[in-house]
Amino acid sequence: MKRTKFYNIHKKLNAKLVEFAGFEMPVQYTSIIQEHKTVRHKVGVFDVSHMGEIFIKGARALDFVQYITINDASKLFPGRVQYSAMCYEDGGIVDDLLVYKISDHEFLLVVNASNIQKDFDWMNKNNKFGVEILNRSDDFSLLAIQGPDSLKTIQKISERNIDLEYYHFTKMKIADVDMIVSRTGYTGELGYELYFEGDESTAEKIWNSVFEAGKEFNIQPVGLGARDTLRLEMGYCLYGNDIDQTTNPLEAGLGWITKLNKPDFVGKEALLKAKENITRKLVAMISEEKIFPRHGYDISANGRKIGHITSGTVSPILDKAIALGYVEKDFSAVDTEVNFVVRGKEFPAKVVKLPFIKK
Amino acid sequence: MNIPENLKYTKDHEWVRIEGNIGVIGITDYAQSELGDVVFVDIDESLSEISKGASCGTIEAVKTVSDVFAPFSGKVIEINSKLKDNPELLNSDPYGDGWMIKAEIINKSELDDLLDASAYKSLIGQ
Repeated sequence: MKRTKFYNIHKKLNAKLVEFAGFEMPVQYTSIIQEHKTVRHKVGVFDVSHMGEIFIKGARALDFVQYITINDASKLFPGRVQYSAMCYEDGGIVDDLLVYKISDHEFLLVVNASNIQKDFDWMNKNNKFGVEILNRSDDFSLLAIQGPDSLKTIQKISERNIDLEYYHFTKMKIADVDMIVSRTGYTGELGYELYFEGDESTAEKIWNSVFEAGKEFNIQPVGLGARDTLRLEMGYCLYGNDIDQTTNPLEAGLGWITKLNKPDFVGKEALLKAKENITRKLVAMISEEKIFPRHGYDISANGRKIGHITSGTVSPILDKAIALGYVEKDFSAVDTEVNFVVRGKEFPAKVVKLPFIKK
Repeated sequence: MNIPENLKYTKDHEWVRIEGNIGVIGITDYAQSELGDVVFVDIDESLSEISKGASCGTIEAVKTVSDVFAPFSGKVIEINSKLKDNPELLNSDPYGDGWMIKAEIINKSELDDLLDASAYKSLIGQ
């Protein structure tokens, strides 16, 4: 199993480690609920170095990115990040990803850990633009500093003023190390992601520096468990749960990143057709019952199955059962009453608007 | 890991405190630590009998859901009502306020299958 450069730190902190996407990753350090609240109210640090970093270089880098992703990368300028996805010819999703425009001839694509090889192969298969595709996932560490006190924390150790709008990035030294600093995250809070190279001692130096800076805000390490509950409260999709190659972005609520009017891209034709015939939709649902909705549970209405839950939890902030799931289109309108089926029993739930947590 | 000497254990990580012909059931410190934050404890309020090896309740934690299996067959005397509003007692005090079911033991020979503290410790690799 692979390990990130923070493995020894996780061990020392007594984190509970689990296998995730081929990596030995911390799922929690103390308590998922408590770590979740730390991010909502203070500041937390996630080691997400398992994520993939793939660089695209060449004169036609933009053409390539436009062709393999569904959002409009021509809107990007150096320093701008975009949430996007790659689709197969049939409209199914290869992966969702972040697109960083570094320069006119260089992009960074940040992909899900579980999909790195698949994505890399897919990109190579579709490289009719002669670009260089570099998988540098093993070279890069990634720390996500998330929460209302995240800026105050990293500002103390950065070489200059961090003045970034949401989904913008820059390069600067933090803790004396060159890195990409990006105002992105998977939590819905003010937050930054730090991409840097270097060995274990560099990684530990940065970790220690961040924790020293965040001490006055009671900074804490946060595991993948809370990462999942935090993203779910915002309704962010998780590849492998809510989206995969059997779902298309239109039914998954990702129409806002699907730019069907841009020139040719992989999956465009299938998505144009799919748009005319949407049969199911990914919706957000909430229940007042004391139940714990989980991936794979049925959703019912009028005495029959109308869909299934793709992600569910009890929101640590709302203290209510929340879930994402696919339902037949006729049941997808906000306020529609449905049921979660938990161990054979129906419990009332209602379709709501995202996010679950109003910011 | 706290594994009290005076309790008996199952391979499914329940503990039993035997008081005469009454057994008190809960989950072990190891079990609660593996489960992580417990969100709900679901024991049927009308539960009157438990049957050795059969599920007598469910524990919903953030990461996973887990059944609680009866360590012996018995007649239910009391269900810990505190768990309804304070499921986190399973995490904070698994051998004390986090107890789950108190039942009269029907057949004491069933207890022979339970593990003592040292056998349970070796089961969980302690």
